[in-house]
This record gives sequence, structure tokens and C-alpha cells, in this order.
Amino acid sequence: MLRHDLYLAWRYLSFHKTRTTILIACLSLMGTLPLGLHSLLDAGERQMTARAEATPLLVGAKGSSVDLTLTALYFGEAASPAITMAEADRVGASGWADPLPIYSRFRVKGQPLVGVRLDYFDYRKLAPKHGELPALLGDCVLGHDAAENLGLKPGDTLPTTPENLFDLAGVYPLKLHVTGVLAQSHTPDDQAVFVDLQTGWVIEGLGHGHTEQKPAARPQALPFGMAESTLQADARLVTYTEITPENIDSFHFHGDPAGYPISAVIALPHDRRAATLLKGRYLADDLKTQIVEPPKVTRSLLHNIFRIGALFDGVFALVGAVNLLALGLVFSLSLRLRRRELETIYLLGCSRATVFKLVLAELVLLGLAAAILCRLLLLAVDHYGETWIRQFLLS
Amino acid sequence: MIHIERLQFRYPGASFALDIPEFHVATGERLAIVGPSGAGKTTLLKIIAGILPVREGRVTVDGDALDPLNDAARRNFRITRIGFVFQELELLDYLDVLDNILHTYRINPVLRLDRGVRERAAALAEEVGLGGKLDRSPKELSQGERQRVAVCRALLPEPALILADEATGNLDPANKVRILDLLFRAVERRSTSLVAVTHDHELLPRFDRVVDFLQFHR
Repeated sequence: MLRHDLYLAWRYLSFHKTRTTILIACLSLMGTLPLGLHSLLDAGERQMTARAEATPLLVGAKGSSVDLTLTALYFGEAASPAITMAEADRVGASGWADPLPIYSRFRVKGQPLVGVRLDYFDYRKLAPKHGELPALLGDCVLGHDAAENLGLKPGDTLPTTPENLFDLAGVYPLKLHVTGVLAQSHTPDDQAVFVDLQTGWVIEGLGHGHTEQKPAARPQALPFGMAESTLQADARLVTYTEITPENIDSFHFHGDPAGYPISAVIALPHDRRAATLLKGRYLADDLKTQIVEPPKVTRSLLHNIFRIGALFDGVFALVGAVNLLALGLVFSLSLRLRRRELETIYLLGCSRATVFKLVLAELVLLGLAAAILCRLLLLAVDHYGETWIRQFLLS
Repeated sequence: MIHIERLQFRYPGASFALDIPEFHVATGERLAIVGPSGAGKTTLLKIIAGILPVREGRVTVDGDALDPLNDAARRNFRITRIGFVFQELELLDYLDVLDNILHTYRINPVLRLDRGVRERAAALAEEVGLGGKLDRSPKELSQGERQRVAVCRALLPEPALILADEATGNLDPANKVRILDLLFRAVERRSTSLVAVTHDHELLPRFDRVVDFLQFHR
């Protein structure tokens, strides 16, 4: 008999497709929204905590410790103010910690462009899945997701572009050579395009390669001041936009490298005492830099996020209750509309209990379909949650 | 087939009362009941079908006394012995023609829906000219076709007694005749009886007997 109840319920629900779809969507969203939010928060917590726990100390510009942490660890778009390379030297010279300078001011086609030294890859346990790590000026290695998003592989090139039309002195257009693609790490490193720090400074405009050109020869050799791989910088100079074996020797930097910008320095203290001593160095108020403990910053950030999450729980509970009441109203109104039909079923010999069972079977099917949809949506959240967190929350 | 003695019925709180001292229908008889609206014709059919309880008097249908039966027993009696074509037929739009004919079997645990029943339902539909429309929704049918589906639904359990409440009420003359032919054919083939409430006086000569219900209204 249950088979017939379910069959009749199925026929009724499939006949009223629009109504059924709306009911299922409402019911499933009532479950998906709070559970999905918690799943996302858990994924965010896992990801942020793991990354932060692996980064004991971080030195950066004074100001928001959250911005500094998001910039240096998660390569967020809201970059914190730059510090100079001297700060990395200072950490190294202290003898208490090994410095890992990071420069993550730029983005290339939406992906963060991160300048690091080779020891960063050892520290984060990042190894190339295809190709190799950048060895020369102008080389880059792509994180797993960045390679997918950009559709690039080793041997391809990736041009950087000025950040905007008015940033004339800003980003130097440089054609990067992709030397490798990193294995997936399920961390923000997957999103990044890594270059050597010096390449980062070339893009910043602090280093360049050029050859002198005789003014008289220019109009014939370079009509409109342009050539395929070169850009006319001024009346006398042709500045290279691609670093090749032929022109790499012409690349040079002006000024003191200690004054070059970086975003932050990851400090890897040798022991707990060294960490304490290093932290003590940054206690003075007049310093332009600060040292932060990413695990503490992250815990504080997560605490706030979970408070907001709890607020959302309350909102979802309220919306869910209202939704449930509305669904109850819709269902009771539909029963009223079906009064004649249900009366006929009764007249045909069906007991009131069986009529109730028929209605119950519809509710069971609706609930089942909503639960399946909810489960599928939650699976999607579980599967893509960490990526969404990286792309939307931490960027 | 039907024996009624001293039947009295009154809806709670209503001034209307049904009072039938004696009423009989023979097996195989085709009886028409006429009378003004509100005279109690439908009420009598519902009592004979076991939908309404017998509170006073004695009602026997096909040898079974209805007055001592409780709700569940009357329901079982209705399912297995009565084919009821309702005044306001209610076909379900979300079921196709075949499922509407089989509907009684799907909602009653005492009836078993098997291959034989399905074949019988299809044959019935074929007989009334709906063989090619088994998978149609009732919404796609004409009023006459819908009424034929309702008749098939009533006849499928092979009832001992067919009750028809204004079964031809909303039909054109051709369809009225067609439905009546269908019911009469079922009576002849299955040795059942037919009690039909009707306002169609042109159809009355075709019945074996006509009872004016005004005599039972008090």
C-alpha cells in the first residue's frame, strides 16, 4: 500500500512541477544555508589556522596586523603598506631568525604576483609538478590553480600589465617566462604566480634593461618608437619588455637594494628564546614596522568571523521559521483547494487515515527531495569551499 | 438486492428528514429515482453505499445488513460491493485515464492491483471508446469522455450494485444515451442492479421502474 501512496504522491508532485520545485528549493535552502555557512567557516578556519600555525612570526609595516597577515600569508588584494628590504636584512642580522621576504603588491590577470626567494618554496614545501622553479630574472612559476585559471604551462609566457591607465610610473610591462607549475597544495600558494624578488622589483620599475640607441637611426629602425619586444622609454633608450639570454646582462637596478620594497618578512626563529628576543626588538613605539604572530591574529580574526557566523545562525533560524510557516500555509491552502479531490478519495472507500497517509507521502517525498538537494549542495560547498574561501574571503 | 424497512435519517441540526417505510430493488433491476432537489435522493444513495450510517431502520444490500456495521466495515462493503458514479465526478488531473480508472485499487488496501486488474481496466476503457487515450490527462478529455472514465472507475471492481447520482447531468443528449447504455450493459453482463438518480425525464422510459422520491420527504 505504501508503494501506491508514494506513487500517487509522486504523480501529484510531478504534475505540479513549479509548485513542487519551489517547495523543494525552499526546504533545501533552509538546511543548506546554515549548514553550508558552517561548512565554509570550518573550511576557512582549517585553512587559515594551518597557514598561520606554519608562520610563527611576521614583520611588516605598522598598522593593521590583520591586513599584514592577509597580505603576507593569503596574498590578499588589500595590500598592507610596503617596508624595505632592509627589514629582512635586519631580521637575518639579528641571528635569531631566518628571514623570508615576500613582495605581493601586484596581480597579473587576477592572480597574485608574489616575489619570493627560492627558500620560500622549501619553507612552504612547494615543489614543481611540471617544469622547474624560476632560476633567472623574468622567470615565473605558477601555483596549481593559477595555471588552470590562466591556461598556461611551462614554456608559455605571461605578460604583466600596468595596474591602471594613470599608473604611468607603476607597473613595468614585462613578459614573464613560465618555467613550471607547482603541485597542488590546497593553500593560497595555489593561486599565486611566483617570481624572484628581483623580478618583482623589475616589474615595480626599479630595475630595467635597455640599450642605448642613436637618435638619428631611431625613425628607420623603430617606427612609432615600438618594436615587437621592446618599448621606447625616452628619446634615447629602448627598454626591454622581455628578459632574454641576449639582453639579461643589460638588466640592472638603481639605488641601494636595502631600500627596495617588500610587503613583509616571514621570520623563522631558531627557538622560543630567539622568538621572544626578536619580538622584543619591535616593542619600541617609534618604529615604522611591527612584528605579529599570525596564529594569534588569525584566531582573533576567526573569533570575529564566528561571531558573525553566530549572528547569521540567528538570522537563518528566524528566516527558516518564517519559511516553514509560509510553507505550512501554502500546504494547508493547497489542501483546501484539494478538498473536493480528497473528499472523492474518501467516497471511493479510502479511510481518513489513508487520506492522511497520501498527504504524508507527499510531504515525505518533498522532504526527501529537499534533503537530497541539500546534501548535493553541501557536497559542492565541501568540495569547492576551500577554493571559495581562498578566492573570495582571503583575496 | 436492496431491502429497506422503516429507514429514518436526519442530518444533525437539519430540519430535513428522510423517512422510507419500505423500499426494494430486485437483482438485475434498473431503477430510476426522480424528485426535486433536496428531497434526499443522494442521501439515500449514500446510505445504501455505506457512506452514511443507518441510525434507524434496517437496510440490507445483497444479503448484508448495513445497520450493524461500523465505519470500517461499511467502507469495506462499499469498496467491494458498490460502484458509485458521483454527481460531481472528481477525476484527478495529475493521473492519466488508466490511473484514474485504477484509482480505487491504489487507495484501498482490500483491493489488490495486479496485472489482471490492469488488463480489465484497459478493456473497459476500450469498450467505452477510450482505448487510445489511456495516457491522457482528464484535462484533455471532453465532458462526455470524463464521465465515461468515471463510469469505468465505478465498474472496475465488478460491483454487485451500481449507484449513479446524476451521472448524465451535464452531458449532451448523445453522451447521455451513451453513458446510460454503458451502465445498462454492465447491469446485463454482470447481473448487477442499477439505482440511478436523474432529472432527465426523457431517459426514464428506458428504466425498469421509476420512483418519485417526494413521497419519502418529510
